[in-house]
Amino acid sequence: MAFKGQIVVDTERCKGCGVCVQHCPKQVIALSKNVNGKGYNYLETVNEDCIGCASCAIVCPDGVISVYKVKC
Amino acid sequence: MAKELQLMKGNEAIARAMIASGCDGYFGYPITPQSEVMETLMAEKPWETTGMTVLQAESEMASINMVYGGAATGKKVATSSSSPGISLMQEGLTYLAGAEIPCLIVNVMRGGPGLGTIQPSQSDYFQSVKGGGHGDYQLYTLAPASVQEMYDFVFDAWDIAFKYRNPVLILSDGAIGQCMEKLYTRDFTPRWTEEERRKNAPWGTWGKPATRGHNIITSLELDSAKQEIFNHKLQAKYAEMKEKEVRYEMLNCEDADYIIVAYGSSSRIAMKAMQMAREKGIKVGLFRLITLFPFPTKQLNELSKKVKGMLCVEMSAGQMIEDVRIATECNIPVEHFGRFGGIIPTPGEVLEALENKIVK
Amino acid sequence: MANDIVKPENLVYSRTKVLTDATMHYCPGCGHGTTHRIVAEVIEELGIQGTTVGVAPVGCSVLAYNYFDVDFQEAAHGRAPALATAIKRLNPDLNVFTYQGDGDLAAIGTAETVHAANRGENITMVFVNNGIYGMTGGQMAPTTLVGMKSATTPYGRCVERNGYPLRITEMLATLPGTYYVTRQSVHTPAAVRKAKAAIKQAFLNQQNKKGLSFVEIVSNCNSGWKMTPVQANKWMEENMFPNYPIGDIKVDGKIAEGIDINRLVVDHPLSVVNK
Repeated sequence: MAFKGQIVVDTERCKGCGVCVQHCPKQVIALSKNVNGKGYNYLETVNEDCIGCASCAIVCPDGVISVYKVKC
Repeated sequence: MAKELQLMKGNEAIARAMIASGCDGYFGYPITPQSEVMETLMAEKPWETTGMTVLQAESEMASINMVYGGAATGKKVATSSSSPGISLMQEGLTYLAGAEIPCLIVNVMRGGPGLGTIQPSQSDYFQSVKGGGHGDYQLYTLAPASVQEMYDFVFDAWDIAFKYRNPVLILSDGAIGQCMEKLYTRDFTPRWTEEERRKNAPWGTWGKPATRGHNIITSLELDSAKQEIFNHKLQAKYAEMKEKEVRYEMLNCEDADYIIVAYGSSSRIAMKAMQMAREKGIKVGLFRLITLFPFPTKQLNELSKKVKGMLCVEMSAGQMIEDVRIATECNIPVEHFGRFGGIIPTPGEVLEALENKIVK
Repeated sequence: MANDIVKPENLVYSRTKVLTDATMHYCPGCGHGTTHRIVAEVIEELGIQGTTVGVAPVGCSVLAYNYFDVDFQEAAHGRAPALATAIKRLNPDLNVFTYQGDGDLAAIGTAETVHAANRGENITMVFVNNGIYGMTGGQMAPTTLVGMKSATTPYGRCVERNGYPLRITEMLATLPGTYYVTRQSVHTPAAVRKAKAAIKQAFLNQQNKKGLSFVEIVSNCNSGWKMTPVQANKWMEENMFPNYPIGDIKVDGKIAEGIDINRLVVDHPLSVVNK
């Protein structure tokens, strides 16, 4: 069974540590070239391959990622 | 246990008063000359009767921090120690004052400095009322002069502690702690019910119901502007104590030419010296301090306008005398007499000092 | 298309409500944030938000009380286990946990830690070990590795001057009062899941009145170690883990299978950090 996922990032809370990026099995996420109000290069999605595994959210020190998931 | 006449040691009276006044927990560490407090509690097994918790901690640091943890849940919690142990507790005391935690600390003073002696002394006055730990804080400080007061002041301590959200110190000494006297015990005050605890300590960390935000007990504030506001709040509290909670006793002061100022054990010796002086025709009165903080500044000032001199009798090198001199604003001569390092003065020595230093 | 997925019924992971809305002050990538979050998630999953009291330390996590939406006390440096002892003894129905770093728990608070464990206090202790004093600017901790540079060991910790890194977790496992002693980490999704399960077990043990449960989280300090968060996690795997091996040390009151406590306490070779 395949899943389709989508993450929502609280970009203002994101500190751009990048710990999540290396743990994404589908290379969906990367740090943005843009910065948030605190000057951090926040997290963004770069493609639509997300499977909703939540690995990024689970390893995020600041709890800024919400994960949505549907069967497809 | 109904009200009855008993013979009891001062330290034992402290322990029995804790049980009888509805104390929830005691955490302590043995040290001479106050060890009978915890020994009595352990022998009485109040956990089987009132439900009071008693625990021997690994140090005075642990004891005072157990007081912090337990009292911060809005319960009546106490500890006791003697001078060197109380020194170890100073960090905890400033945290307790800074977090505004009601609790009871008993110091059965012995001679210092350092490990000093195990005999009675009153050389912890500065430590008790001038800070002890860091920061601008005060402990409400009661000085018992009898076994009866050791007992009664435990009851009084809870009222003050919770009224003002402030730690209360009973500053006793090895003489009062170790001596046996008659004592009228009181009826039991039951420990607070869960409802009473929540009503009397709405600020306590007793578990956050959905109806309120989380309660935080801390003495930390990173914003100095807020910390100054908080300090003003503390100072207002101390000012209110100075206004409303000063306690003292005046004996033969109405017609007196000279006053002996003393507290605790010294005041008992001073009482005899006063009688001896009166027998010689010297009109001496006794001003006994019951609260050391708040200090009876106003009362001593008024008295200084009516008498010719004051002798401060302390079992120290002269600590309380500083506050007496401030209170009396140099209106009259104020001199010190003290024995220290564990020596108790005799009434004869006090009278001699009075005649040599004040009466002249 | 993507917007069709973002609907409440499809939500599979979001920030727990047991954390407050406050933005944590921790450095980017710091394991404290993750550890806070999984402790909060456990509190939410066990439904004990209203009956939990936490005790914060002095150190980087001194402000932990601002981040957990449960009643909290802030202890003097090292004294959290003493506070927790009294909270639990006077309020046996509360779930009590301490949250401390290595300086707080294993240096200034060693006596309180050891004696709370030895009395078998029925509490949960969370211990974050990053081998350094983070808040005061990266000085040597009791857990700093041999050869590891810090602000007070600028040429590396040397045994002659500074003694050995303290494996307090193994020490505590030897005490009869500890029921569950484990060492975890939070730097990968798999590690976070295991650490969270350990913390949950530690709270369940408390509910079952089993005695003291102790969860060490080996963590990073990218600011103190002067690395990026990703580099710090790699360095942690290569240097911290050989000295602080991950896994259960004591389970259900017994030394865990495959653990030779004597070897860990006495003979376990201390590796020197990679320069």
